[in-house]
Formats: sequence, structure tokens, C-alpha cells
Amino acid sequence: MVLINVKATATARSRRPHPIRRLVVRRLGAGVITLAIVSIVVFAATQILPGNAAYAVLGHNATPARLHALELQLGLNRSAVAQYAAWIGGLLTGRMGSSLANGQPVWTLVALRLVNSAVLVALSGLFGALIGVLLGAIAALRKDSAFDHALSVAALTVTALPEFVVAISLVILFATVVVQILPAVSLLPPGTWAWQQPNLLVLPVATLVIVVVPYIFRMMRAAMIEALESDYVEMARLKGLPVWRVLLVHALPNAVPPTIQVIGLNLLYLAGGIVVVEYVFDFPGIGQGLVSAVSNRDIPVIQLIVVILAAFYVFMNILTDVVALLATPRRRIAR
Amino acid sequence: MIQVIAPRLTPGTARLVVEDLRIVVAGTGTDVVDEVSFTVQAGEVLGLVGESGSGKTTVALALLGYRRRGLEMAGGRVMLEGRDLLAMSDAELQGLRGARVSYVPQDPGSALNPALPVGVQLREMLGAHRDSGGTRAGDRVMEVLAEAHLDASPEFLRRYSHQLSGGQQQRVAIAMAFACRPSLIVLDEPTTGLDVTTQRHVLETIRTLCRSYGVAAVYVSHDLAVVGQLAQQVAVMYAGRVVELGPTETIFGRPVHPYTRALLRAVPSPERSEVLEGIEGQAPRPGRRPPGCFFAPRCPDVLPVCRESAPPIIALEAGTQLVRCVRAGEPATRGVGIRTVVAGDPAKAPSGGTLEVRELCARYGLQPVLFEVDLRVGPEQCVAIVGESGSGKTTLARCVVGLHDNWTGNVDFCGEPLACGARRRTKGSLQRIQYVFQNPYTSLNPRKTVGQIVEQPLEHFSHLPAAERERRVVAVLDDVSLSPDFLGRYPDQLSGGERQRVALARALVVEPELLVCDEVTSALDVSVQAIIVELLRRLQRERNLAMLFITHNLALVRSIAQTVVVLSEGKVVEQGPVEEVLERPHDRYTIRLLEDVPKLAQVRVGGSR
Amino acid sequence: MAGLGTAIQHPAAGSGIARLRRREWLSVLSRAVRTRRGTVGVVLMAFVVAVAVVGPFVAPVSPTDFVTGPFSGPASGTPFGGDALGRDVLSRVLAGGWLLLLMAAAATLFGVVVGAAAGISAAYLRGWADALIMRTVDVVLAFPSLVFALLLVSIIGPKLWLIVLAVGFSHAPQVARVLRASTLDISERDFVKAVELQGVKPRLIMAREILPSLITPLTVETGLRLTYSIIIVAGLSFLGFGQPPPAPNWGLMINENRIGLQLNPWGVVVPAALIALLTIGTNTFSDAVARVALGVERRAEKDSPLEDHVLVAPR
Repeated sequence: MVLINVKATATARSRRPHPIRRLVVRRLGAGVITLAIVSIVVFAATQILPGNAAYAVLGHNATPARLHALELQLGLNRSAVAQYAAWIGGLLTGRMGSSLANGQPVWTLVALRLVNSAVLVALSGLFGALIGVLLGAIAALRKDSAFDHALSVAALTVTALPEFVVAISLVILFATVVVQILPAVSLLPPGTWAWQQPNLLVLPVATLVIVVVPYIFRMMRAAMIEALESDYVEMARLKGLPVWRVLLVHALPNAVPPTIQVIGLNLLYLAGGIVVVEYVFDFPGIGQGLVSAVSNRDIPVIQLIVVILAAFYVFMNILTDVVALLATPRRRIAR
Repeated sequence: MIQVIAPRLTPGTARLVVEDLRIVVAGTGTDVVDEVSFTVQAGEVLGLVGESGSGKTTVALALLGYRRRGLEMAGGRVMLEGRDLLAMSDAELQGLRGARVSYVPQDPGSALNPALPVGVQLREMLGAHRDSGGTRAGDRVMEVLAEAHLDASPEFLRRYSHQLSGGQQQRVAIAMAFACRPSLIVLDEPTTGLDVTTQRHVLETIRTLCRSYGVAAVYVSHDLAVVGQLAQQVAVMYAGRVVELGPTETIFGRPVHPYTRALLRAVPSPERSEVLEGIEGQAPRPGRRPPGCFFAPRCPDVLPVCRESAPPIIALEAGTQLVRCVRAGEPATRGVGIRTVVAGDPAKAPSGGTLEVRELCARYGLQPVLFEVDLRVGPEQCVAIVGESGSGKTTLARCVVGLHDNWTGNVDFCGEPLACGARRRTKGSLQRIQYVFQNPYTSLNPRKTVGQIVEQPLEHFSHLPAAERERRVVAVLDDVSLSPDFLGRYPDQLSGGERQRVALARALVVEPELLVCDEVTSALDVSVQAIIVELLRRLQRERNLAMLFITHNLALVRSIAQTVVVLSEGKVVEQGPVEEVLERPHDRYTIRLLEDVPKLAQVRVGGSR
Repeated sequence: MAGLGTAIQHPAAGSGIARLRRREWLSVLSRAVRTRRGTVGVVLMAFVVAVAVVGPFVAPVSPTDFVTGPFSGPASGTPFGGDALGRDVLSRVLAGGWLLLLMAAAATLFGVVVGAAAGISAAYLRGWADALIMRTVDVVLAFPSLVFALLLVSIIGPKLWLIVLAVGFSHAPQVARVLRASTLDISERDFVKAVELQGVKPRLIMAREILPSLITPLTVETGLRLTYSIIIVAGLSFLGFGQPPPAPNWGLMINENRIGLQLNPWGVVVPAALIALLTIGTNTFSDAVARVALGVERRAEKDSPLEDHVLVAPR
């Protein structure tokens, strides 16, 4: 094997940050393009459709006069491209139009909900990751024990359940039928922040945590087992290193990168999962906002929420990949 | 340069005494290794030799008191400096490992943690076992690096294992093993995968360190030539038992056990063109071992009593040589036996194609890998292409057959120029040149039977009726010594040697004129390799085949080829008739290569000194 | 695949050149059924499917008749009591499953076919076609599937065929990814190259060497997709974007009867339990199939504790 080490010595240091920077730049570029395409699709879907957006909104109440007024308001008399440009321009400068349902500025409606949903996602992600990682590590250490088997079967079962079933089950168990220690709905008084009423958060967060933990658990367990059965852990044992060092310093750092990616993917999922959960618990987040907007055909709100979700998706993807890359020396440092 | 083998030291305190070691499969109790006994003195190296399935790695790990999942220690003692490792608690073993007995792994690339810098992995070795030398840890680490001929700098310590070459990785492993000055070092095929020159340096390092610190060593290997250069004692293992044990000169010069003798007859030598004799069949796996002697089904000297009862251990040569064979005492069985010299083939009426390669330059993407390669394969000639990893020999083979199409230059077969990629070549030229892959485990479709696999090219190239096709398939399987029973079997039911034979049959069924063999024996045991090589030689003669034989094993060349081409870093550095190149090399690279190849002959000739 | 099924008699061997393991995937399925997980999965699936299919014919009363008071408890004529409007829960449950199953199955079929075609073509064609397909996949994956379905529903209205298409379309990217990866992986193997070396046309190579190896990952992926189709379609119905009332749709029932949980939980519990049993059944059975399939392929490969089929995040 011919390896030029002399050169590597000199340039290794200067080369170190580049793989990450390159990745971020490339991904950001791809992300922007993806978002652009998503925005076009969203826009096309909601405004350029067979028939007329205004008619779709007004339905039976559509007298020609009202139709015309709405069309003007929505700017439907302009060309498609002009409409899109106007919309994107508005989006980027903060003028996002008014809700068709109640006339309020779209951003005001969405902003508070966004924060609430963010709290939900953050808490669920945090607890879900912690519990999943912990359980996965323990199961890997006790591989093939009764504990391990029980957890694996539980994971298999829970991953199959729809979130609304989990949500309803929790409601039945803790809020209505079996015991009644927690509120069945999480109606926050308008204007309060989510964290000011923690007991309203318990069930929604618990639902989301239950939904994502099995995936994180499975990956952590598998990655940990692979690390524990690897040649380098065997070597560490043969070197006479203490058990704690073998587990924490040798095995764990290798189990982390794939698990990070799974945690990231689950956070992504949460962006969609909150829709159902917020609906069940009447939690004032963007998921519930989306559902009512769809029911009301409130197009500006729909557009904004979908674009926000897509942006979250893209951003989380990049973040996950960067973190995983940072945790894997083999990939971030060139030979 | 003849290697001087250190003579066996006068018996001092035995560092390692293994008595009747028995390891079984947990749960079923099937024995994996049993009745394993040997002794190693301070400063001495014991070579533990065996092929796949012999249990040598299991024994090696047991010398650290370690067993892999699914195995259990069932008996015997492993006495390190008088203390039985198998009777110790985990805590005691943890204290001993690294400090009094350490391990050098086979694959350092996967034994080094990819997530930690090598410095951390070295330092923790020192940290875990208080080195009472008094020197600070930092200085100690530098010392350790220097001893292993590594770059003793902080920069080196910051590197990760993927930034090191194979040789460097192995040196790091060796440095870790010697760091705490253990009494015993166990080396598990540490030079597998290293090129010959690096291998020689690594062996030197081991030899020097052992001698300087009086460390006892157990060197596990399947490579007899390497063992012969390093060890004073050799233990030969077969199917979980030690079948022969004794001083190196005796074992290699006057082997007694039929397996040892057969093994020696299978090892190729770069110094003489001899017929290699393999051993048909396979070693029995745990659980499938027959009553009586395990080697009996394959033994050329078998007696009825061998199949009935386990063979006794007979001591010869004043007790220094132990042989597990009922026929050990017979005088006629001593000696290696001379192998037949390969005669030059008589001239035949030339038929078959000639391959002419001129100014072949190949690239992978933008990276050039071959530079102006010229070579010629005459009719019915075997040309060996020899080179180390990275030399471009596999790329060359792939360009010739059309698997790799990013090349320029001329490749002509029987006067007809060949296109770059297989897709652009004529059907006729594709049929006349056939290729055998290196890895028999991936080159056969696991969802097809042997019959289908071998029939498929015939279906594609000819328009014979089904009955005729089948007849030919059976005939070609017979040629590679596979009975018609194999027709309905699937690849996962076959051994490595059998799979490679199926791959050969597939290549030969369409009656090509040129056969390109790409490292076809590298994934096989020595005894199986010998069979395949002899098979190829015979087939070449019988079918008037021209052959292009790619290998990294210089010793093998002598037994199969008439011409050899030596490649280094994509360039041809030397080519010519085999005797010429191997006995009177001109190029510096070839000379060095030949020097670095460990040779078995020296051991035999050297005898006792 | 031409030329299968006929065995040639060879006098010496007696069996001739045997033919391809054509029924390999069937044998994988049957072996999977016989494992513990497989049996559990099949039993659960069969039970729920039976309820859904046979149910409409054995319902004691019509699902839309008002037979009792709202949220009344279990009584002799109504074993599970009444729902929000006083209709018989049992009858509604019996009648409310078949359309859900049908839609989920259709969505799965659509998604798998489109996804498989896209993934295999991308791997086979390589180059710009591959890049185009995979970029499209990335864009589609930028939507959570539920949100995507909601988006379409918001425009066109809750048409059932639309939901089927939307859900199916949201499955396609994942299927495409998995199959593309499998195809690429198999194409790189030596035994495929060995056939390429003979100059066999790419189409034939695809059909004879690659496709047979793809059937297993395809089966496993289909099982997974079916599970998620059911979940999403039921979820959409729950949100009110499925069959409109007064249809006895399980998802819709759960939502309608939520308010009366404390009075009569059965209106929620029974349909929820049926949905849960079904999805657990399909998921467990898919897992069993994947394990068996992995066992078949494990012979040449090193053991990996994480089976390839395992999805790493919901949907």
C-alpha cells in the first residue's frame, strides 16, 4: 500500500474543517432549491387549480360580485408568475397577507402557534431521545434477556400504532375512563405560552414520546450491539481495560452517529405528527392550525404553515447530517 | 540473504504452559479444541500453524483467558508464569491482560477504534496498567512509538486509524502490545493483508522486541514460510487438536504426521518449479468430527485402526517431537518427500489465441493506475502477473476482459483488436476470453443452482439443445473434479474450494482460448490453493489454454507460469521467463521483492544450527 | 423469466439441471408464517380483515339507524352501547372497516408500483435519469405525508380517490429509495458482473439476475407500507377528511365518539382496538418476513443486529 504520509502531515490540519463546510454549503444550496420547489408546488396547488380559488373558498355563497371581490383580494386576476412572485416577495418580507377565515394577519395567527408547537416538538424530542437512548443502551447490554425481548416486542407493537390511537388511549387511561388525573384537552387560554401551563403539556408530549421512542430505542440498541461485538471492543477487552472504559469510551462513541441520524429523522416526523396530536388535545399549535385552515380552505394560512413545515424539514435534515458528520471522525477528517 | 533462526534457548523457567486445553460450544458441549498442550520459554517463539477451522484463533484467545461468545472453557490449564488463567476471576484477568500477556490482532484496521485517535488508544494501555518505570506517561508513549518504528510525534498521536496505512496500523498494534513489557505476546496472523516488504519489517520488529525483552511469543499463522523464519518451536493444529509439535527444523525438515507432510507439500516455493500437492476434502467442523483420527478421511497413509480409535501421542527424537499418529514410529514415514519438478511442456502445434497488450494506460476517473503496459501471452502459455496491492494488476486483468473500460492503448486477441468495454465487444471475442473472479463467495448467484450457473454461458453463447448443454455441463464439472451430484446444489452448500471450482467450470464450459484468473486462490487455504493451482495446470495442458494468472504471491508463480510480469505502481518493471526473473532478477524492485518473500526452503536447508 | 419449470432427465444424476428457486419468496412467506411473530401477525390480520369484510353482512341493525340514546351503555340489543347519535356501535363497527382496508390496500399498491418503478429505473439507467428521479424523491420527502395529503384535500376536497392517490404518492419515495439501493447493491456484485462479461443485454441481466433478488426487499417494504397506509388513511378519517358522516368509518367513529368517552367508551375503544390490532398484525408479520428473508441471505454476509428493513422513523 502506497500512502504518502509526508503530505498528509502538512495539510491534515488545514483540511480538517473543510468536509463539514463543504457539506453545509452544498446542503444549504440543495435545501434552498428544495424549498423553492416546495413553495412553487404549494402555491400551484392552492392557487392555480382547476376552477378558481375564490370559488373554492366561497362555494355556494359565490355571487359574481363576491367572487370578483375575492379574486381581486387574492390577486387572482394577475398572471400565475406574478402572483407567485408577489407571494414569495411577501413571504420573505413578512407581509403574508390576511387569513380568509377571520381577516387577521396570517403571521400573527401563526406565530404564537408556531412557538407552542416548537415547545411540544422540543420537549418530545428531548425526552424521546433520552429515554430511547437509555433503553437502547441497556437492552444492548442485556441482549437476549427477558428485559430485552420484552422491550423489542413492545417496540414492534408501538411502532404499529397510529398516533391518534396512542393519544386516545392515554386520554382513556389518564383523563377520562380509568383515572382522571390529567386534562383531556390542552386548551391554553389565548395569549399564554405553552410552558406556563405544564400539566396541559403532559399528555400531548407523552403521546409523541411514546410514538418516537421505539425507533430511537431500536437504532441505539442495534448500533450499540454492533459496537459491542466489534473487533475494536474485543481488542479493548483484550488490552485489559476496565469495563466502564470499554463501554463508555470505546463502544458508545461508535453507537452515537447512527442514533443521531435516527433522532433527527424522528424530529422530522414530529413536524407532521403534531397535526394529529394537537387535534386530539385541542392544543393551539400549527398542526391544529393547519387542520382548521384546511377545513376552512383558508389558503394563505395553509400556504404559510406548509412552507414553514417544509423549511423545518430541510433545516433539520442538514443539522442532523452535520451533527452525525461531526461525530464520525472517519468521515470528517480526510485521509 | 539467509535468515538465521535463533537456536532454541536452553530451558529456563517456562513462561507459558498449556495443559490439555479444552474449549467447547456453550450449551451443546461440542468440542472446538481439545487436548491442546504446549510449553513456551522466555524469549522463545512458538508458531501455531493451521488452516481455517483448525481452532488456532480460539487457542490464541484462550492464552489471554478470553473466549468468544458462544464458547466455553471446559477443561485444562493455561499457566502463565505459574498462575492458571482459566481459574482467575474477571477482575484478575483484566489486570493481567495488557500487562503480563498481550495480543496483536489479525486485522489492525478493525481492531483500532475508528472514533478515537491512536494516541488515546496507546495511552490508555499505559494508563490502565500502572507502569512502574517512573517515566512520565508522555515520554513513555514516545518511547513506545519509536520502538515500533513509528513517527514519535504528537501529530502522529492525533491521527485516527483510517489515516494510517496497513503497516502503520499494525505497528501501532504491536506498540500497544509491547508497551507494558508483558511476559507473553500472542500474535494472531498479524501480517495478513500486508504486502511482503511491510511484512518483513513487521516481523523484524517483533523478532527484535522479543529478543530484547525476553518476551515469550505465540505466533498464530497459516503461512508456514513466515512461521519458519520466526519460530523456534512449531505446533501444527488440525480440527481442534495439536497433531504435531516440535522444534522448527524438525517439523519442517523431518515432519512425521501425514497432515504436516501434506501441508508442506502444498506450500509453493519461489525457488523451485514443483508440482503442488493439495489435500482433497475439508477439515471437519466441530460437531462433525469422526470417531478415531480426524484426519483419517483425507489421510494418504490411513489404516483401519485410524478410523476406530483416537490416535496416541508418540514422542520422537528424545521427546522433543510429539506426533499424534499411530504410525509415527515407523521409520519409512519420516521425511518430506520430494515433489515432482514441473517439466517444460513439449512443443505442440500452436492453437489457441495470443493476447497482445501494447501501451495500455488505464484510469479510475481521473486517477491514472496503469502506465504503458506491454505484455504478450502466447498460445498455450501461462503468464503470471505479480504485484503488490495497489500495483494495478487487477485493473490490468479487468481491462483485458472488458470489465473496466476507462483505458487507452491496444489490446489485440488473435490479431483482432478488442474494444474497451465488454458491451462493445463481439460475441466471439467475449466467448474466447473468460474470467474467474477472486472471491468465490460472491461470484456465484446464491439463488441459482450449480447446474444453472454453469449452463448459463453455454445458453448465451451457443444454440445447443438442452440435452446437449446438460451433457457438456456434466462433462466440465467432471473436469474440475465435481461429481454430477453438484448439479442441484446451491452455492451456500459448498466450500470455498468447491465454489471456486464451479466458477472455473463456468468459465471453461464455453471452451475459451484465454483464461484470466484474478487472484483466484487468495481467499483459499494453502491446501485448497494447491489443488486449484494443479487443476489449472492440468486444464491448461489438456485444453490448450492460454492463461493470464494474477497473483500477489510470488512463490506461486513458479508452480504455474512460464513467463512472469512484475508490476509496481502501474508500471511493468520486469518481465521474462520465470526462471530468469526469479533467479537472476535485474530490477531493484524485483530483487527486493524476492528478498522479502519468506521462503520455506531455507528452513529445510538450514536444519539445526 | 423464460425456461422455468421443466426438469431434464439425466441418466446418471437422475434429477437433471434443477430450475431456479422460483418459489423462493413463497417459501419465505410460508416460513415466516410459521414463526411465532408471523403467526401472531397473520392471526391478527385475519381477524380484523374478517370483521371488516364479513361485518357488513352480519350487522344486527343498519349502521345509520337510531336505536338508542346517545352514548348509552351496553344493553341487550346493543352490546357496545350507542354512539354519539344513538346508533348501534357494534353495527357501525362491523360496517366501518372494509372501505378503510380497501383504500389502504389501493394506496399501498399504487405507492409500491410507482416507487419500485422509479427506484429500479433510477438504479438501472444511472446518470441524469437517476439524478432527476432522486431529486424528485427528495422534494416529495420534504413533506410529511399527512401534511401532503391535507394539502391536496384542502384544494380538491375530501375525495376518496384523491386520498388514495395522495397517500400512495407519499409512499413512493421511500419505496424508490429502498429499491434503488437494493438494485445498486445487487448490480455491483460479482455474479452480476460475471454475466455482464458475457455481453448479455442489460434488460436480460435485469430480468434474470437482479429482479429475482429484489422480490424479497420489495415484499418487506410492501408490508411496511401497508401498515402506514392504514395508519394514515385512518388518521385522515379521524381528522374528518375521509368518508363524510354518517358513514360508519372507524377513524371517523373514534373522533365522533370522543366527547362521550366518560359515558360510553366503547364507541371509541372498539374501532380503535380494531385499527390497532390490524396495524400491529401487519407490522409484526412484515417483521417476521424480513427476519426470515434476512436469514436466507445471511449465509454470505456478516451478521448485522439491525435488520435492513427496519424503518428508522414513523412514515
